[in-house]
Amino acid sequence: MKVDLTIDPAFVTGVLVDFLRREAGKFGFSKGVIGLSGGLDSTVSAYLAARAYGPENVLGILMPYQTSSPGSVSDAEEVVKRTGIRSWKVEITPMADAYLQRVPEADRVRRGNVMARCRMIILFDQSQKEGALVIGTSNKSEAMLGYSTWFGDMASSINPLGDLYKTQERQLAAFLGVPEQILKKTPSADLWAGQTVEGELGFSYELADQILYLLVDERWRGEEIIEAGFPAETVMQIEKIVAASQYKRALPTVAKLSRRTVGIDFQLSRDWNR
Amino acid sequence: MADKIKIALAQIAPKLGDVKANLELHLETIDRARGQGADLVVFPELSLTGYLLKDMVPEAALRRDSPEMQKILKASEKIAVVFGLAEEDPSYVYFNSACFADGGKIVHMHRKVFLPTYGMFDEGRFFGQGTTLSAFNTRFGRFGLLICEEAWHSFCPYLLMLDGTVLVANIANGTARGLEEKSRMGSSAIWEKMNRFYSDLHGFFWIFVNRVGFEDGVGFWGGSEIIDPNGKPELKLPYFEEDLKTAEISFGKVRRARLRTPLLRDEKLDFAINELLRIRGGNHSLPPALPAARKPASKRRKAKR
Repeated sequence: MKVDLTIDPAFVTGVLVDFLRREAGKFGFSKGVIGLSGGLDSTVSAYLAARAYGPENVLGILMPYQTSSPGSVSDAEEVVKRTGIRSWKVEITPMADAYLQRVPEADRVRRGNVMARCRMIILFDQSQKEGALVIGTSNKSEAMLGYSTWFGDMASSINPLGDLYKTQERQLAAFLGVPEQILKKTPSADLWAGQTVEGELGFSYELADQILYLLVDERWRGEEIIEAGFPAETVMQIEKIVAASQYKRALPTVAKLSRRTVGIDFQLSRDWNR
Repeated sequence: MADKIKIALAQIAPKLGDVKANLELHLETIDRARGQGADLVVFPELSLTGYLLKDMVPEAALRRDSPEMQKILKASEKIAVVFGLAEEDPSYVYFNSACFADGGKIVHMHRKVFLPTYGMFDEGRFFGQGTTLSAFNTRFGRFGLLICEEAWHSFCPYLLMLDGTVLVANIANGTARGLEEKSRMGSSAIWEKMNRFYSDLHGFFWIFVNRVGFEDGVGFWGGSEIIDPNGKPELKLPYFEEDLKTAEISFGKVRRARLRTPLLRDEKLDFAINELLRIRGGNHSLPPALPAARKPASKRRKAKR
């Protein structure tokens, strides 16, 4: 069995551009700041933001660490050139190392998380200076698999990609005309040399997205997905990962003491009076 | 009663919780509809308040004698207006209501009976449930009001047909969901199917007015339309964009549709009531038995290895 995740990218682009304009406009914003990694996610967000706000109103910030792949920077520069957005490059090595030197025992996951959170600090600082919103770059595959750094690359004000699986995002990217080398790139968080998402997780996005779609969107049971011919190991692994990463998709848990508690029964839309 | 009337569809994007701003938008839109020669202008569900009100329902709610209501009723002196509001009952129960105003007065107020409370919807948590649904007389003929989810319960359009309705307005906050339909939302496809099916089957005009804009990331897809008694669109508004458009409809179409296929004439009310009473009394065959319980998943998986 193959799950059809084909989208009409022109239609989806229209919806997402409308989303970016209206949701930012309500709060008086018409500008965006995006961390550009040279990867597919931030590239697609940059293309969408350029369409929504005009390239002159989007600032792409390149924030390489000394171990980042040089290809990442040149790909990000190509995105800047093609979209016409403004850009700023700031090395995070001194910033991250000021802390990392104090914790030489930190493994590569800890080090990677520190880098992702350094980038978050820069993006939110620059967004204040620019009078802009931080545009998110996390897709639904990542969100469901928890493959991202909490309060790091997950942090943003509005995110046009959060309900699109990677497979669907690739179709959007092709429609938007992103550079071929970015479209074909092996997905990587680029937190250490040679890191790849599929190498770390042990399955491809193409497979994971179909399983996630059945589990999350269509509410199939794991056994039904296995019976339909998907590899049992992967289905069970994905079920476990989705459950284990739920905390990343939630706000910090608050101890309820009063009769009306933030996050529990104080229920107010963010867009109230907007 | 005129055979022909002009209907304006007001596809707006209300500001969530800002009744003052929304009232201004209504008054200005009503003026524009009058300028287009409309006899009736129809706004979406909760058009005075926006949708995701949550805990703020009481702050945004109006009473029938609120000053805001007086302003909109005044505007209905020259043109009939259908609009949506959060309604505060004097006993402090709050309803998701649809109002038909004409001649400066409330002609009919319908309180939503079916409040979706599943998936992304939580209306039953914040609103009281209406308990009645009836058609009512207007200067255009017998009219029926439905609010969004009510169309999904096929009994509601059926009841309005039995009650003599020639013109139904379903006012909606239809959310944009599902990408499988490619060039329109999956949720739009189902609505458009229902709008055509009900009008064709019941032989009445069906006005569907949906809002646009986003609230907390939830998009509303617009696509408001008027469908004639043969299931054919008379007017279609764009997806996702504010718009105000007018079309003239002729009730001769209702007459001809019902002459060609006299389904209403042949309805059997007693039959329907008797069968409903029988089912309510529990005197009906049970649904087929469920398949035998499956072995726990963990055991079956081990067996496969």
